[in-house]
Amino acid sequence: MKNKNRISLSDDSITVTRWMSFKDRVGRSWYRFRRNPISLAGASMVFFVIFLAIFAPYVTPYPEQARAFTDLENTFQPPSRSHWFGTDEVGRDVFTRVIFGYRISLMMAAVVLGISVPFGVMLGLISGYFGGRIETIIMRITDVFLALPALVMALAICAAFTPTVEKAMLAVASIWWTWHCRLVNAITRSIKTEEFVQASKVIGDSHLRILFKDILPNCASAIMVKVTLDAGFVILVGAGLSFLGLGVQPPKPGLGTMISYGAAHLPTKWWLTVFPSFAIFFLILGFNLLGDGLRDMLDVESEGI
Amino acid sequence: MKFSYFLLRRFLHSILVLLGISVLIFIIARMLPGDPARLALGPFAKQEQVDNLRHKMGMDKPLYLQYVGFIQGILHGDFGLSFQTRRSVSLDIKHYLPATIELVVVAIVWVLIIGVPFGVLAGRYKDRWLDNVSRVVAFVGVAVPPFVVGLIGQLIFSYSLGILPTTGRLSLLMPPPPNRTGLLLLDSLIAGNFIVFGDAFKHIILPSFAIAMTGIGQITRLTRSSVSDVLSKDYIEAARAFGIPKRFITFKYMLKPSFIPPLTILGLTFASELANAFLVEQVFGWPGMAKYGIQAILRKDFNAIMGVILIVGLAFVVVNFIVDILAGYIDPRVRIQEEVIEK
Repeated sequence: MKNKNRISLSDDSITVTRWMSFKDRVGRSWYRFRRNPISLAGASMVFFVIFLAIFAPYVTPYPEQARAFTDLENTFQPPSRSHWFGTDEVGRDVFTRVIFGYRISLMMAAVVLGISVPFGVMLGLISGYFGGRIETIIMRITDVFLALPALVMALAICAAFTPTVEKAMLAVASIWWTWHCRLVNAITRSIKTEEFVQASKVIGDSHLRILFKDILPNCASAIMVKVTLDAGFVILVGAGLSFLGLGVQPPKPGLGTMISYGAAHLPTKWWLTVFPSFAIFFLILGFNLLGDGLRDMLDVESEGI
Repeated sequence: MKFSYFLLRRFLHSILVLLGISVLIFIIARMLPGDPARLALGPFAKQEQVDNLRHKMGMDKPLYLQYVGFIQGILHGDFGLSFQTRRSVSLDIKHYLPATIELVVVAIVWVLIIGVPFGVLAGRYKDRWLDNVSRVVAFVGVAVPPFVVGLIGQLIFSYSLGILPTTGRLSLLMPPPPNRTGLLLLDSLIAGNFIVFGDAFKHIILPSFAIAMTGIGQITRLTRSSVSDVLSKDYIEAARAFGIPKRFITFKYMLKPSFIPPLTILGLTFASELANAFLVEQVFGWPGMAKYGIQAILRKDFNAIMGVILIVGLAFVVVNFIVDILAGYIDPRVRIQEEVIEK
């Protein structure tokens, strides 16, 4: 049994349901994506940052300054040709540290989502498919987790540990699964009564096969859109934790940490705050634009995302 | 579904969620490294003293009894002693909470008076320049961390232009109004002191705006899409065909149904504003509960942490309860939907 490949041509404001080959689907999605300048902008912003982060030691002028480093002759230099973003209180190049800060932010998004998404999707599939008491228990647990704002919940969990980036990642990951669980649960519930799932049941497919061959592929695009939008949100929460002193610890170059140290030197040493702030904004905006474009491209209902 | 039944269901659900939060917080508090009694007394206390305090705090009892004691305490408004201020946590919270409430309420007002009209206009004039502006505002609002909004706001309006103060709730020499509600804006109005009111208002503009930014972005977009949805409905078309004046259509037929989706996420907006308060109060030295909570977390003051988190949870559950009830009251479909989902 193949999946139902439903493509709706929202551009023509008519919904056409038909079978399309994989190639057709990819082609049409790519066409939609390409036509949307906003999503293209988002994609280029994200890939630009990822490129900078991966090749950070080669694109930054002073890679050795990403760690503990002092150059007391060059403290608090304003932006110049040799230091694009100026230097900080111990003479380190802010541009270099911002690019290395991107590394940590992206790593955080990857680790948090890498742990929490598979876990949440799994629980969502199980609860949506089997229903009954399992579903009630799982959904009530998500209710409790979602009853507090993500940042506050992460703060509470961080409180139990000595603050490091790894602990912050763990704290955020331990709440993030709930969103994906909710999302996949809702989709599974609506799909499990469809004919193609019923047919699989009739021919005796195992639950596992139905879950992974029939239901999961139909959740894929919604999950993809949500993961993209979440990446920006996780980076935002991570920056917030670092800003409060519960995430990245100096001398590591966390963007939120840099802003919180820079804020003490406002207004004269404005470059310490303004450039890392803009860097965070740029990356999050990129992920949001890209996620929005993907949502249009894959025609995912915006509900629950 | 009957409305009273719907009300009861939502209420029981809220209680369940609150209980869940309390269990979660209790577990987190027990995971804290180190012995709270030892932390409270300092490294030079004798072992006897520590044991004594442990006994007094009930920490030598089995876990479930500790939890029962914890719940009993909460129900009596007793969260224990704070190690950093040496006062009872409930007194501390009573002292710090009004500042945060004032901040969040003003922020919600910003969201309502900026986000909603802006969204209505953007939806009404879809794909025109105003709509594009609203799109930019929405994307920027969601992508800028609130503490960045605060810091850049300070840089522009306090340091460069010098028109708004940087920190605190009142100027140094300004006499605070007699304390009635703890909300400075309200207290100064009650006292009829408009100079103090103006000063307090100047102080609250930047932090409340920093907190509101996310919400303004979200509500603008949602109101916009909801208005444009409603405008494409047949009954609006019909009203137009009957020659009913545009203004009449807008105010009589369009607004009410298009306010329902923004209303249902107002609870989420409130949650994000509370979370933002934890970041923004730090920037502006705002003497609120969130700042107190952060200090407690940094110093591992576990009674205070539990108290603050529980208050945040309680506020969130109560606001969501009210929003759900309002939505169910205005839009009966919400009640039915609930029933369908439960089955």
